[in-house]
Amino acid sequence: MSLMSKHYILEKNVIFLAVAAVLAVAIGGLVEIVPLFYVKGTIEKVGSIRPYTPLELEGRDIYVREGCYLCHSQMIRPLRDEVERYGHYSLAAESMYDHPFQWGSKRIGPDLARIGGKYSDDWHRQHLKDPRSVVPESIMPRFGFLFRTTLDTSDIVAKMKVQRLLGTPYTQADIDSAKKDIVTQDTDNSDGAADLAKRYPGATSRDYAGIPRHVTEADALIAYLQMLGTEVNFKTYDDKANIR
Amino acid sequence: MQQRVSKKITTGELIGFVLLAAFAVFATFVSAKAWTPAYAFQTSIMAWTAAVCAFLVIRNYYNRPAELPPREIDGKPNYYLGPVRFLTVASIVWGLIGMSIGLYIALELAYPHLNFVHYINFGRLRPSHTNSVIFGFGGNILIGTSFYVVQRTSRARLAGYLSPWFIAVGYNLFLVLAISGYPLGITASKEYAEPEWYQKLLLTVVWVTYLFVFVGTLLRRAEPHIYVANWFYLSFILTIAVLHLFNSPTVPISPFSSKSYIVWSGVQDAMFEWWYGHNAVAFFLTVPFLAMMYYFVPKRANRPIYSYRLSIVHFWALIFIYIWAGPHHLIYTALPDWVQTLGMVFSIVLWMPSWGGMINGLMTLSGAWDKLRTDPVLRMMVVALAFYGMATFEGPVMAIKEVNALTHYTDWVIGHVHSGSLGWVAYISFGAIYCMVPWLWNRRELYSLKLVNWHFWISTMGIVVYISSMWVAGIMEGLMWRSYNKLGFLQYSFVDTVQAVHPLYVLRALGGAMFLTGVLIMVYNLWMTITVDELSLNQAGSPGAPALVPAE
Repeated sequence: MSLMSKHYILEKNVIFLAVAAVLAVAIGGLVEIVPLFYVKGTIEKVGSIRPYTPLELEGRDIYVREGCYLCHSQMIRPLRDEVERYGHYSLAAESMYDHPFQWGSKRIGPDLARIGGKYSDDWHRQHLKDPRSVVPESIMPRFGFLFRTTLDTSDIVAKMKVQRLLGTPYTQADIDSAKKDIVTQDTDNSDGAADLAKRYPGATSRDYAGIPRHVTEADALIAYLQMLGTEVNFKTYDDKANIR
Repeated sequence: MQQRVSKKITTGELIGFVLLAAFAVFATFVSAKAWTPAYAFQTSIMAWTAAVCAFLVIRNYYNRPAELPPREIDGKPNYYLGPVRFLTVASIVWGLIGMSIGLYIALELAYPHLNFVHYINFGRLRPSHTNSVIFGFGGNILIGTSFYVVQRTSRARLAGYLSPWFIAVGYNLFLVLAISGYPLGITASKEYAEPEWYQKLLLTVVWVTYLFVFVGTLLRRAEPHIYVANWFYLSFILTIAVLHLFNSPTVPISPFSSKSYIVWSGVQDAMFEWWYGHNAVAFFLTVPFLAMMYYFVPKRANRPIYSYRLSIVHFWALIFIYIWAGPHHLIYTALPDWVQTLGMVFSIVLWMPSWGGMINGLMTLSGAWDKLRTDPVLRMMVVALAFYGMATFEGPVMAIKEVNALTHYTDWVIGHVHSGSLGWVAYISFGAIYCMVPWLWNRRELYSLKLVNWHFWISTMGIVVYISSMWVAGIMEGLMWRSYNKLGFLQYSFVDTVQAVHPLYVLRALGGAMFLTGVLIMVYNLWMTITVDELSLNQAGSPGAPALVPAE
């Protein structure tokens, strides 16, 4: 074993040992991660994915803050029972604007990747305020305080500017009207709804938490939940086109 | 008087004081302009800590003798043990905090009414639990033992005078900020990398200093060879730095806000996260604990390491292969299939180098197996190796795609993690703490080996209850989610599984409570070891002198 007898070179020199150790750990990461940035097909081509509206983005930040991802995954695997229980398996494209991703790792509660539109706003309100009033066996904490907390929108412009810096295609118009968009999207029959839906296709405007003229954190969270997994129309989506 | 005249302030003290004072002012300024009360609170903790440390640097300068402590006294290395003592105590304190939170959130899952107020909701407390046990309990004892082991095995005093203290205090400040941040809603949400941007920056500075101190000590060594434990510690420090840097590039929305967004998104972010996350298991929870094993097991058994050759082979194989295994956390997700397959294959290959470490540790006891009967500390470390072997067999099995289809998203994963973290990580740490505390505080022996025995048995039973309840819960969830009735419909709704695992969640909390009880026994034992050791005080006259050993 001549190689073994050469090991003393590393064993007697800290710098050689350190360099060899870094080289040993660098290879795996390089091979597995770097191609994800340039291999075509890593992210499917789906035209209909749009950035989050300001209200949904705020809702997503609340989802992150409350640690929802610790009990709810947002990643449906292509397994028969999951597709039947939750809907079409998740596409990489569906989380392309997610900084950070929220795929999760544990299902203490069900997957939420396609929760959008599955239940009414009213159900969500009731369920967030007191989960056991609609699902008696549920072990979810109550989130009634979200309905009593006014949404802090003072930082939305700063948030969207950073998102744009990181590659989320927000236009200047989107950023300029961010605060107005939040109010618009949280109002029933609002005047700006059409303009909002033009810039954010599929975005619907209504009073999510049912508290008129008041944008609460619950409004933002429900707006986010109600759009989750609704961006791709799977009636027309061709699975085979994106086989990788 | 004469001494004070000749005393000079060192460059390190001067720079340390200026930087700390400047940082205290800066953090106060940020705190005053902070956008949220939580961030103002956190930045003011930083300001106060920096101010107190600046004061301590100056006070230490006035109180210390003119000469800095020498590297050697009478030809023997003058070991620097103050920071090691601090880190050991910090480790135990964080362990108590983290395990208590763990017990509480386990009870929250069994009894949801315990989510009294949103600050202690499961989602906010869970990262506090994981961070205080992994980085608080584990991290402190890793840095502590690495400082101890590197000095002993190099026969050299730790490099630096203030920097080891900067590492010890800075690291614990990072922990206080991160762990108090989650209940306040400050989180980056990447599992085991939840700290926000300013907390991560602090960790980066501390970690780079740690690397310099560790390498600096190795460069001073009087031994020609670098001892095997130090290879493991060194690769831990380097790799954690690399992982941290690539998983954490975030852009804050403002210096006055705790909120930031990570540069990566979606699938790439997922890959970076689990490349980091799995290798936090590898290079935080395995590699440096093996280093601990390579020092404390042979010391305690009084036998040399079984095989030098095996240690070389398994060290390089382990660090090379471990880094590939990350994608097994993302099997059947939207991550490209080729990466998933690589992750699975390397996870299986990983089984052998993992067992290499276990075999090397266990076989070190050749000729000393009888000590298992009489020495509960050694027994604890050997059982740690057994759990290590079990968890590193279970892991590759769970990484096989077909098995993963069942186990992923279930409580089996939680059980697997805890058999590794309670059985392996915590037990080898307890062993090291039981060895090291009498050495650090100049005590002849532990206060009571009988109490170690109690600790061992109560917490071992606790682990068994914990992991078996999670196996049953996990397999049940996996099977119920995929079961169909005769008509071809899904047989169970999701909430049926939530209801079904309730008794197992109660059992899991019981297992955790037993484990925590064991730790409380350890704390009492160590407290008594440190505070009441009349015997060694009386016999040796001063606590610094070695105690006499009675003839047997």
